Amino acid sequence: MRACVVAIRRLAPIVVVACAACSGRMPALDPSGPQAARIATWWWIAFWVSVVVLALVLAFLLHTLARRRIAAAPASATHDPRVERRLVIGVSAAVGLSAVTLLVLLVSSIATGRALHDFGGADPLTVQVTGRQWWWDVEYWDPVPSQRVRTANEIHIPVGRPVLVKTRSSDVIHSFWVPGLHGKKDNIPGHGSSLVLQADRAGTFAGRCAEFCGVQHAHMQLLVIAEPPEVFEAWLQGQRTSAKAPTEGPARRGFEVFMSGPCALCHTVLGTPAGGRTGPDLTHLASRRTLAAGTVPNTPGHLAGWIIDPQGVKPGAQMPANSFDADDLSALLAFLGGLS
Amino acid sequence: MRAVAILACAALALVACQREQRRFSEVAPASGRPTHPTPQAQANPAEGNAWAVAQGKQLYRAYNCNGCHANGGGGMGPALMDATWLYGSAPDEVYTSIVQGRPNGMPAFGGRIPDQQVWQLVAYVRSMSGQVRVDIRPTRDDHMQVKESEQARRHDLPKPTAPGPSR
Repeated sequence: MRACVVAIRRLAPIVVVACAACSGRMPALDPSGPQAARIATWWWIAFWVSVVVLALVLAFLLHTLARRRIAAAPASATHDPRVERRLVIGVSAAVGLSAVTLLVLLVSSIATGRALHDFGGADPLTVQVTGRQWWWDVEYWDPVPSQRVRTANEIHIPVGRPVLVKTRSSDVIHSFWVPGLHGKKDNIPGHGSSLVLQADRAGTFAGRCAEFCGVQHAHMQLLVIAEPPEVFEAWLQGQRTSAKAPTEGPARRGFEVFMSGPCALCHTVLGTPAGGRTGPDLTHLASRRTLAAGTVPNTPGHLAGWIIDPQGVKPGAQMPANSFDADDLSALLAFLGGLS
Repeated sequence: MRAVAILACAALALVACQREQRRFSEVAPASGRPTHPTPQAQANPAEGNAWAVAQGKQLYRAYNCNGCHANGGGGMGPALMDATWLYGSAPDEVYTSIVQGRPNGMPAFGGRIPDQQVWQLVAYVRSMSGQVRVDIRPTRDDHMQVKESEQARRHDLPKPTAPGPSR
């Protein structure tokens, strides 16, 4: 009895952790789109089939253990044709049943996998997502280059429309994972791949890198924000506009600091001379919710800390420490705060 | 005898501890723009560290050094993998070339690249002409290998054939 209580106490945390995957911030079994729903359906099929198989195996095992022991049988009994026949029937039935079960799982798995990539004939929105150490470079594709939109760590999508996410990596293997909308997809350097996302309801879905990719793997998060189509179109149109170089006030000073200092070497601000592609595009920085791929919220204080000491916030990140005097820094924050 | 061998191996392993030590937060000056004190003929702090040289290799692309110097073979700018150094090959001389620029095209990166990264670039640039210890040097990129790596080899592609006479 006491052993039983101890076992329950030890198992309880594991069960709690396992249940956390069903709901909460990153729900794998609370689908919000058709792809995630298919995956969840197949997961439950596999789960219940496994439960039945486990129950049957345990039942047979317990039955065998509980059965009266047969006294050492005479040698002739082992060649008893009746025993032999029962054995053949039993083993054949078990093998047949296992084969059928596995076949059912295999066929349903393949069918699910094929259906995941189905647009249903709709015109998908194409988004290129590049995994980098340690953030996500997002580009909304458009045949007209000037209409393409580049952002980072935040993917806005319209509700009800399929989104073709083309994944790739620029350095090491990453894995794109937004549990509420789809399964994992590895981004392998040199091998592009893709997945189809669709959200059935508006909401914010958390995602992260699901393949260990270096020291800051844990701080490589992203947000997928599903919005009604008209809100999404307005957002996309807003992202297409260039920033205006400020003409006066502290923001003007900040603009000069940005252009003459280290920032412009790695970051792009559309409409200004800054065109670096090494770091995230900052044209609409102030409209994003987080900094450094979900490491800290996007507030002026956190932004200042990130600029001055990124290695304290996210050790190993590619952003180097910068030193600005207080006036230059507050001017820079005024400029960056205006990039909405 | 055996104990001595084990101890020797352990000692060798300890030597390797420093090889890739990562110093993420180098102390930045308290205030003001990145400052670049004129380096005296000094040892490059990045040159004994494989991670720092590899960072230099990444930065070489990130800051578009390859735009002019290609992968060391040169183009618009001079080659960096040969023995000819117009402005000197010592770490402090390469440092000065990056920070202050040189006539006929090399821009000054002073005030734009943090000091620690300049030293990492210096180490990588020197490694291209074999001036950095061989166990510290980063390897050549896959696409620049003389012999294709085994993983990159494509068995499924037909061999290119010389165009024959038209029939």
